[in-house]
Formats: sequence, structure tokens, C-alpha cells
Amino acid sequence: MITEFGHFALILAFFVAIVQSVVPLIGASKRWNGWMLFAEPAAITQFLLTAFSFGALVWAFTTSDFSLRIVVENSHSAKPMLYKISGTWGNHEGSMLLWVLIVTLFGAMAAFFGGGLPPTLKARVLAVQSSVAVAFFAFILFTSNPFDRLAIAPFDGRDLNPLLQDPGLAFHPPFLYLGYVGLSMAFSFAVAALIEGRVDAAWGRWVRPWTLAAWIFLTIGIALGSWWAYYELGWGGFWFWDPVENASFMPWLLAAALLHSAIVVEKRESLKSWTILLAIIAFGFSLIGTFIVRSGLLTSVHAFATDPERGIFILLILVVFIGGALTLFAARAQAMEAKGVFGMVSRESALIVNNVLLAVSCFVVFVGTMWPMVAEMAFDRKLSVGAPFFNAAFTPFMVLLGLVLPIGAMLPWKRGRLRRAVWSLRYIFGLALALALLVWAMQTGRSALGPAGVFLGSWITFGAIFDLWSRTGRNGNLKRLLRLPGADWGKAVAHTGLGVTIFAIAGLTAWEVEDIRVAQPNQPFDVGQFTLTLQDVRRVQGPNYFSTMADVLVERNGRPVTTLQPEKRDYPVARMPTTEAAIDYRFTRDLYVVIGDQQQDGGWVMRTYIKPFANWIWAGCLMMALGGVFSLCDRRFRVAAGARKTAPGGVPAE
Amino acid sequence: MKRLVLIFLLMASPLFAVQPDEVLEDPVLEQRARDLSTGLRCLVCRNESIDESNADLARDLRLLVRERLVAGDSDEEAIAFIVDRYGEYVLLKPTTSGSNVFLWLAGPIMLFIAAGVGWTFLRNRSKAHELGDNDALSDEEKEHLRQILED
Repeated sequence: MITEFGHFALILAFFVAIVQSVVPLIGASKRWNGWMLFAEPAAITQFLLTAFSFGALVWAFTTSDFSLRIVVENSHSAKPMLYKISGTWGNHEGSMLLWVLIVTLFGAMAAFFGGGLPPTLKARVLAVQSSVAVAFFAFILFTSNPFDRLAIAPFDGRDLNPLLQDPGLAFHPPFLYLGYVGLSMAFSFAVAALIEGRVDAAWGRWVRPWTLAAWIFLTIGIALGSWWAYYELGWGGFWFWDPVENASFMPWLLAAALLHSAIVVEKRESLKSWTILLAIIAFGFSLIGTFIVRSGLLTSVHAFATDPERGIFILLILVVFIGGALTLFAARAQAMEAKGVFGMVSRESALIVNNVLLAVSCFVVFVGTMWPMVAEMAFDRKLSVGAPFFNAAFTPFMVLLGLVLPIGAMLPWKRGRLRRAVWSLRYIFGLALALALLVWAMQTGRSALGPAGVFLGSWITFGAIFDLWSRTGRNGNLKRLLRLPGADWGKAVAHTGLGVTIFAIAGLTAWEVEDIRVAQPNQPFDVGQFTLTLQDVRRVQGPNYFSTMADVLVERNGRPVTTLQPEKRDYPVARMPTTEAAIDYRFTRDLYVVIGDQQQDGGWVMRTYIKPFANWIWAGCLMMALGGVFSLCDRRFRVAAGARKTAPGGVPAE
Repeated sequence: MKRLVLIFLLMASPLFAVQPDEVLEDPVLEQRARDLSTGLRCLVCRNESIDESNADLARDLRLLVRERLVAGDSDEEAIAFIVDRYGEYVLLKPTTSGSNVFLWLAGPIMLFIAAGVGWTFLRNRSKAHELGDNDALSDEEKEHLRQILED
């Protein structure tokens, strides 16, 4: 019964969304206050209805209601509770419901926190946001209904893909969607501003928190996914340049560009039309990402035919929204004349360089992702574009970005002098170079990758710290640091995070040690500075799997470090095996052990990796996200975003 | 997500990537084989190199690469040998021949265009004089903005 209520609530939300996408727009153009004000309760109602609908689906999963088709296909009664819940979005229908839930959540948040917005802008933003929701409600209801019942309910379900039964991946999709969909807010603001025909500093200030939030979620979502790949797939790769990964990476790059260009709009009233365009394209890439993942277009051109209805529906959404927005942009862009005047060398120009590099690097990823399809369709060539291409074609842009970053961050607004900014960073440059040379001298291999990563990482990291330090004034007054706006702290922390991640990726790639062998029980062997002994291998039973678990004693200089227990699991219902690597996480390195099959002679295949600085990759991502949070907490946003004191002693909006 | 499930079902196989019995005695040859393997695609997997893949076909290809290297082929010859048999689909790093020129040049060309546009914009901005007050904020709006900023 609850399932039917959920389905019904979803249909109701669809109708509310339709009305909400029309009425406030008319109200805003006719200046009818009542019609404009309709948007707020409608947005909140829409969210509550969708939340109820989603709750009903979660309920069906947690109670293992096998009369629902998607529960049968993605759940099993013996599955742990966490994965019953995460199974809700571990499938196409459920994840689309989560997607639209987040669309309405953002709409409701804009209605709730948007007290300071001009009434017409607010009405238009909510209407545009709601029209996005309409499209996805229709998509769910007409092509992928999660509330489909089965005439005959089976006794038990088919279980969720075991690889997805993992804490890291349980929370990966919600974060990713919060990011993807958060960009819809930037899109709504952009389209509303185009309809309104007016973009000013205040607009920049309103749109930035939403973009920031979306970017933070995307950062965390991507980091979770890559961390999951690292420990779950069994050989410690963390980024594969897979189309599905690229689908999340492209919006991330554009969101990062948008964050920076919105600063220029906010502070200097320049780059307006570019920022609007970027907001539209960023959300466009979110939709393209969804399209890529759902249609299966890129897995193989032919898989498109297996799901044509859904693929074409999303393509249609993409064309209508992005095409419509771009048409509007073409018609209205002239109205947005840049105001601020600035020199060739200034913070503004540095941010333009940032935008050029981020946008072009996103373009490279896009072309690389789509090329196999284009080549097959246009040139009749079946080819692959994989990691080696992206490493070669994408990395230079990031290196360039990293080199320019600390200098650009030091430049003053309006007019600066390049020589002065560069000269002030001379010690940082020296330090980074010295560290790189030291590493070059210490390492045994000849690879230049490690030292280059050390140089770039420390140049960015120490540059960011120096930037912060330079704010303490001549006497190094540390109290000043505490009084700095949150945005300045955010900048320093996020840039430091980028430096850490770049260093860690280079370090891990350059200095990884790998060992593959058949290990005999109780015969120690050496990998790097460690001695490993396979002590025992036994069978263990888990809640919904069987496991072959090994005990591996790790020693260093004769002293025991730890005992690792790599596993090989077999999920009988889903009928597939997984490897559970055992990882000894340490500050400067991970020891990564995987157990394989038993050999004829009684030994076991074992793969051992020493992965230096692996944790630093994700620590850097977390720092980037944390920097975003600092920036989001900046008092100036709250002031602008609606917490303006209307009456002394009033209740604050947050 | 459903797609992901299918993909993982495809790669499901109890085997591992490089097996101990495949590894060549000569560490230099083995390193070359590993480097070549990371650039070759496992044909039945999705976007995985044969070095990472568990599939049987990937193992066959790994053995084939090693065979060619042991037989004295150079890296290029070994790759050419495999491309002859499996087509250019097997290369994870596409060649620069023919229409692939677009792929490789897309980034640099776009950078050139973007840098040009950016440069022109900057030139205009740095030359532009401060505009008159005619299209600036009205007094009422200025007051409003002042309130916001001072808050």
C-alpha cells in the first residue's frame, strides 16, 4: 500500500512541478505578486511529495518487498541493512528518483534561503528549477517507473551486485548526484538572469554558494568513487578515464571554472556573459553525463538500441534545456556589458587563464570520451581512446594550471605587476625546486615523474600557504589570519589540497612497487623493505557470501608490523566473485595485499603492492572540499543570500 | 548503475590480471611487456588494458606480447603484430593517423582559440575607459547595495 502512496505522491509532485514552472514565470513578467509568491510553497510541497515517494521506495527495499520489480532485481533478504538502503539507488529507476529528489531539494532550499533575492528573480529561478524537475518526473513516470509491481512476487531477490555492496560506493551516488544536480541551480540562476535581462555583482554573489555546494559534493563524490576503485577492484588503480568517470569529471572541471569566474562577476562585474554561458554548459555536461551513463551509448554504439527510449528521452531533455538556454543566451548576451576595467596583468586576467585552462581541459576530456563514437559513425573506424591518451593530452593542462596558480593567486585586482608577484614567490620556487632535486637525488629509478610531481605539488601547496601568510602583514600578525574572510581561508585550503593531490598522484605512479608471485604457506618473502609470510588460508562464511581468507604476517626488520587478511569472496546469489584487498594504511605508504587462486603445488597467487602516498590523493580531495566549505561559510554569502537583518532581534534565517 | 552492473558481470572471473606463470625470467623484457600491456585493450572488457584485466582473452594477449618480445621483436613490431590481427581497436592510445589528427589536435587548437578570445577580451578591458554613469546603478539600487555590503 505504501508503494502505491509513493507512486501517487510522485504523480502529484509532477503536477505541482508543471504548475510551478508556469505560474511564477507569468507572475514575474506581469508583476503579479501573488503568482510569483506561489513558487515558494509549491517548491516546498514538491520536495515533500518527492521525499515521501522516495521514502516509500526505501521502505520497500528495507522490508524486502519482492512484489516490486526493482527490489527483486537489486535486493536480497539476507543482505545487510546498509546495502538494502543503498540498493534503493543502486539501480536505474531508483537512482533517477534520487536525482529528481535532489532537484526538488535544491528548489526547496532556494525557496527557503532565498529571502534576499529580488521577488522576480526568485520566482523565475524557482520556475526554471521546477521545469528541470518536470522533465525528470516525466522521464521517471513514463520510461522508468520504480514502483512497477510484479504479478507474481518471487520468494527472494536476485541480490545487488556484490561490488556495489560496499560502504564507499553506498554513498558515492548520492554525493555525485548532489553535485550534478546542484549545478541545475546555477543553471536556473543563469536562465532566470537571462529572462530578467540583468546580471550584476549581486547575482554573482547569489549564484556562487550554489555552485560551491555543487562543486563540494562533486569533489567528495568523485573522491569516494576513486577510493572505492582503489581498494575494491583488486589492484589499486584509482582513476581509469572510463566514460562513466569522465562523465562526472567534466562537470567538476566546469564547476571549478564557474566558481572562479563567478568571483570576477561578484567583485568586478566583468566576465558576465561568459559566466552565464559556463553555468549553462556546466549543467549541460551534468545532463550529458547522465545520458552517457544511462543510454550505454559509449559502452558500445550498439548497446544504444537496447535502451533506446530512455536514451532518446534524456537526449531530448538535453536538447530542449541546453538548446533553449543557449538560444536565450544568444538573444540576450548583448545586454550584459562588462563593467570592470582591468589591466592585462591582474587577478581578473589570472582567473581568465584559469577558466581557459579548465574549460579547454574539459573539452579535451569530452573529445576523448566521444571520439570512439564519432570515429565509428563518421569515419568507419573502430578504435579505443583509453587512459594513455588522456594522460598524454589532459595532463599538460593541469601542469600549466599548477604552474600559473600560485602566481595568479598573488596578483592584485585591477592592475598588477607580474615581476613583483613572481619575485615575491622566489623563496617558494626555490623551496619547491630544492625538494624536487633532493627527491631526484634520492630515488633509484630515472623517472622524472616523481621529482616533477614534488616540484608542482610543493609549488602549489607552499604558494597557497605563502599567500595566506602574506596576509598577516609586515609584522606577521597572526591574529589577522583569524579575521580573514572565510573565502580567503577556503582559497588557501582548497589550493593546498590540489597541490597535495597532484603530488600524491605523481608520487604513487612513480614510486609504486609491485610483486606478483606464488606464495607457499609459511615461507617468508621480501617486498621492498617488508617481509611477508602467508600463514594460513581458511574458509569463512559471511551474511550473503563465502570467503577465502588468508592471514599474512607483515614484518619489517624482523619486527611484526601487522597481520593482513586479504579475502576472495563468492556471492552465491549474484553468482560472482570479488576480491577484498587487505590494506595496511599508513601516513606515507599503503601496503596492499591481494590473494588469488590456489596453485597445483599448494601455493597461492599473491599480489603485493607498496603504494606510496596513496592516502594523500584523497586527503587532498578532502582538503579541496573543506576549502569549499570554508568559502561557503563566508559571512558575505549569508548576508547576501538572505539573512539580511530585516528587523532587529528577528530570527536568523539559518 | 545498471550498466555498471552488466560491465562488472562481464569482467567477473576468478582469475587475476598478470599471473606469476606469465612473468618472464628477464626483468628487462618483462618490464617492456608490462609497459606494452598497459597500452593494449582487453577486447572483451570495457576500457581495461590487458595488464589490468582478468579475462582469458587478455591473458592470451599478454602471452602473445611476451612471445613476440622473446622472439626478438622491437616494441613497435610487437604492437604492429597485434594490431594486424585485432585491428586498431586494441590500441588504448589511438594513432595520429588519418582522422585521428582531429582527436589529437582538438585540445591544442581549442587552447589556441580560447587564448585568442581571452587575449582580445583582456585587451579591450584594459583599454576601455571607465564608462559613464548612464548605465550604472540607480541611486536607489546603490543605497540597497550599500546596505547589503555594509551588513
